Amino acid sequence: MKLTKALALIMALAMMFALLTGCGGSGNSASAPAEEPAADTAETAETAEAAEPAAEEAAEPAEDVMVFHIGGVGPLTGAAAIYGNAHNNGSQVAVDEINALGGSIQFEYKFEDDEHDPEKSVNAYNALKDWGMQILVGPTTTQPAIAVGAEANADRIFLLTPSASSTDVTDGKDNAFQMCFTDPNQGITAANYIKDNAVGEKVAIIYNNADAYSTGIAQSFTDTAAEIGLEIVSTTTFTDDSANDFSVQLTEAKNAEADLVFLPIYYTPASLILAQAKDMEYAPIFFGVDGMDGILDLEGFDTSLANGVMLMTPFNPWGTDEATANFVDAFVDAYGSKPNQFAADGYDCVWAIYEAIQEAGITPDMSNEEICDALIATFTGGFTFNGTTGNDMTWSANGEVSKAPIVVTIQDDIYVNN
Amino acid sequence: MAFLSNLISGISLGSVYAIIALGYTMVYGIAKMLNFAHGDVIMVGAYMCFCAMNYWGLPPLAGILLAIIICTLLGIVIEKLAYKPLRAATSLAVLITAIGVSYFLQNAALLIFKADPKVFPSVVTLPNLRLFDGSLIISATSIITVIVSAIIMVALTLFVSRSKTGKAMRAVSEDKEAAQLMGINVNGTISVTFAIGSGLAAIAGVLLCSAYPTLMPTTGSMPGIKAFTAAVFGGIGSIPGAMLGGILLGVIEILGKAYISTELSDAIVFAVLIIVLLIKPTGLLGRKINEKV
Repeated sequence: MKLTKALALIMALAMMFALLTGCGGSGNSASAPAEEPAADTAETAETAEAAEPAAEEAAEPAEDVMVFHIGGVGPLTGAAAIYGNAHNNGSQVAVDEINALGGSIQFEYKFEDDEHDPEKSVNAYNALKDWGMQILVGPTTTQPAIAVGAEANADRIFLLTPSASSTDVTDGKDNAFQMCFTDPNQGITAANYIKDNAVGEKVAIIYNNADAYSTGIAQSFTDTAAEIGLEIVSTTTFTDDSANDFSVQLTEAKNAEADLVFLPIYYTPASLILAQAKDMEYAPIFFGVDGMDGILDLEGFDTSLANGVMLMTPFNPWGTDEATANFVDAFVDAYGSKPNQFAADGYDCVWAIYEAIQEAGITPDMSNEEICDALIATFTGGFTFNGTTGNDMTWSANGEVSKAPIVVTIQDDIYVNN
Repeated sequence: MAFLSNLISGISLGSVYAIIALGYTMVYGIAKMLNFAHGDVIMVGAYMCFCAMNYWGLPPLAGILLAIIICTLLGIVIEKLAYKPLRAATSLAVLITAIGVSYFLQNAALLIFKADPKVFPSVVTLPNLRLFDGSLIISATSIITVIVSAIIMVALTLFVSRSKTGKAMRAVSEDKEAAQLMGINVNGTISVTFAIGSGLAAIAGVLLCSAYPTLMPTTGSMPGIKAFTAAVFGGIGSIPGAMLGGILLGVIEILGKAYISTELSDAIVFAVLIIVLLIKPTGLLGRKINEKV
């Protein structure tokens, strides 16, 4: 009896499937001709929209207002949400500032959530494309940026990511540029810094081998350490699924008498490592990378654990130069907390695009391909940019920015420059 | 010394798995269903305790009690709403429903508490235990975890073997229809089982987050799967089996990480499971006859 029932169920399901696929096929062919009239109405709508600014211009005889559609993609929810939200907020501050200038270039800005998932990121990108995006600021994180980069390259849409730092993001894509320094660059800088300043003699590395960002930095760090003679006494890994218990990794580092633990990982597992190291009374110097930025904002985190932790970041929100101070004030006014480096990178991205548009003389009526080519020519043609995350930045032909990470130490909940 | 310290970490992690596995094994033994939402009840318990301590300023003990009460109620509600109407349905339907409940809880937590991880304040504030002039340090959380799970196991075994409700549980587990004919309230008994399992989940959540203080909506899912493995490992349906399976799993995981490879630790755990099941298909302490509780 049961078997026949199950069989009947399977048959019924199979039939339903067959019906559905049949429907899908015919549905497509039916909707294809329907698309054209829809496109027509869209066009009329566009002309209507275009007429509106014209009317406004008549009211106030200012210069021509050019509105660019800037899209952003990043994780607003999910485990990496803090990065996407920071990026979005930082970019929003820059867009508001630019629009408030009242100049001829105005930005219309829209951000889509990708939950730090490459597939969802491509969906978000497509949604923005339908919205009319001309330039993309994002995606925030590496894996999505690799996926979206390929799409944007095929579509010829210019892409400037604030923080996707793997070289895979820009490799082979002439339209992809980075605002952050690359992963290998971080590993090299860290190894050299530790050696030159004698921060530690024996180094242990704990990294996430399921993550391109983490493995990229760990690899270049190890290579550089071998070159310059920095002793690595222990290398251990974890994955996203085992990012709970670090007792083994820490025990190994402790037994190898490591006096410095290099953590090329994000701050969430790092916070666990700090807590567990304290539990086992192991107190080496912890040296993080830019993913460590944000650890002080972790809700419920005992910030005293982070005292003495060193990390590399392009941006110090306690910095005193004018650009930083202005941005920090505007950001605090808008969102009530200090910006982190992702917000600063997002902010710089929008301003860099603004300046590049001015320099290249781009107008919004150009096609995406024309805008993309003009921006590529500008970015690789000696364009320099001063922002909150560095001065005199230039970009190489493969999309990498020239800027060096700075090393800061966390002291009583603020970053102190070394 | 390193070996001892790893062994202790393993036993402590295993004890948490064991408490979670007890919930799986009891529900399976009595209702003959895999409650995959169990891992997420852990997460709810941890969030409740977190809220009680961080937002409402309650002492840790009150937080734990509140978490247990809420999770017990949650377990009963889940059973009444999602599983009871399916009592006569195929086990596949119930399994899919359980997965649905699991996603529902995770996403509800995502909506309420947002995605940013929270750092759980440890409920254990005792100093660490130092042995051999400080060359072996055992964290107080580990000790408490092991003690609590031992107490729970003894209490649960006594409850099931001595109390009237426990007797009813064993009867329902052996033969639902016959138990009903003998005047046992089957639905009530299953509710009690869910209540106990979920209450244990709350304790497991608090202990888990005290040892590994990152709290996210997905916090319960991986330990949940590992604990389910532990329950199968020890023989699903058997209370001492869940305990043994949990502790062995924790120890294998940590020792595998320490002495074989940090990258392969999960693969090692599951390879051991496969080997055990090949040799003893009912698990370490599982029995073939239907006497499981």
